Amino acid sequence: MPAFLFWFFAILMLAFGAAVVVNRNPVASALSLVVSFLGLAALFMSLDAYFIGIIQILVYAGAVMVLFLFIIMLLDLRAEKLRKINWPASAGGIAVALALAVQICYVVGNFRFARHPFPPLARSTIDDVHNVGSLLFENYNLPFQIIGVLVLVATIGVVVLSKRELK
Amino acid sequence: MVSLGDYLMVSGLLFAIGFAGVMLRRNIIIIFMCLELMLNAANLSLVAFSRFRAEAGVPDYNAQVFVFFIITVAAAEVAVGLAIIVALYRARQTTHVEDITSLKF
Repeated sequence: MPAFLFWFFAILMLAFGAAVVVNRNPVASALSLVVSFLGLAALFMSLDAYFIGIIQILVYAGAVMVLFLFIIMLLDLRAEKLRKINWPASAGGIAVALALAVQICYVVGNFRFARHPFPPLARSTIDDVHNVGSLLFENYNLPFQIIGVLVLVATIGVVVLSKRELK
Repeated sequence: MVSLGDYLMVSGLLFAIGFAGVMLRRNIIIIFMCLELMLNAANLSLVAFSRFRAEAGVPDYNAQVFVFFIITVAAAEVAVGLAIIVALYRARQTTHVEDITSLKF
């Protein structure tokens, strides 16, 4: 992928990620999150992880976003009314987040392999669905089945939680 | 030429944005969205390392399987979390975290 495309999608992702935090209206935040995840999927594809990129679009931009929008509409949330802002707490939050960002940039800047180019791939197109699938079913068979049980438990849990009265 | 460091930097900044959202916002649904941002920032660095550790022209697919598991768990987490938020809203008619202080010491 050419460098300008990488920076385009990276900046798109970060700008809409910031819009999620800044927007007062929950629907606008949810839609910004979709755009941010589309940028992230493009970055996955720039790393030749086509399977992960497509899963990202299907699961996040498809399923998770519909769930978020559905809940926002169901609860009928409007834009938040302005409350008294707790300035010391907000300033502390911004300071901690900035310190985290600065520290990550510092660590990455001093990382030995940070400026190494990516090694070339054997072919221009790789069958990564096949490779991920065979690894998943051969080396990670037990975790895969445990994940299946986890999703089942989550489904049952959601049904129980959504019943009208909890006993 | 885009290198590994650029991807890690972008991933770290996305994580910091999500973290700032969790610290600053008081609406529980927005906090939840910011948690998703942080999970996805971690996924980006995993995939970048997977591509960086390519041997004989094939990326290290262990990391991509790990990302697959993370996405599955995150999807289950969103479903359960939103169900809890709906139950909470039914009981308290609010999604503002400062109105929900029953467990506060």
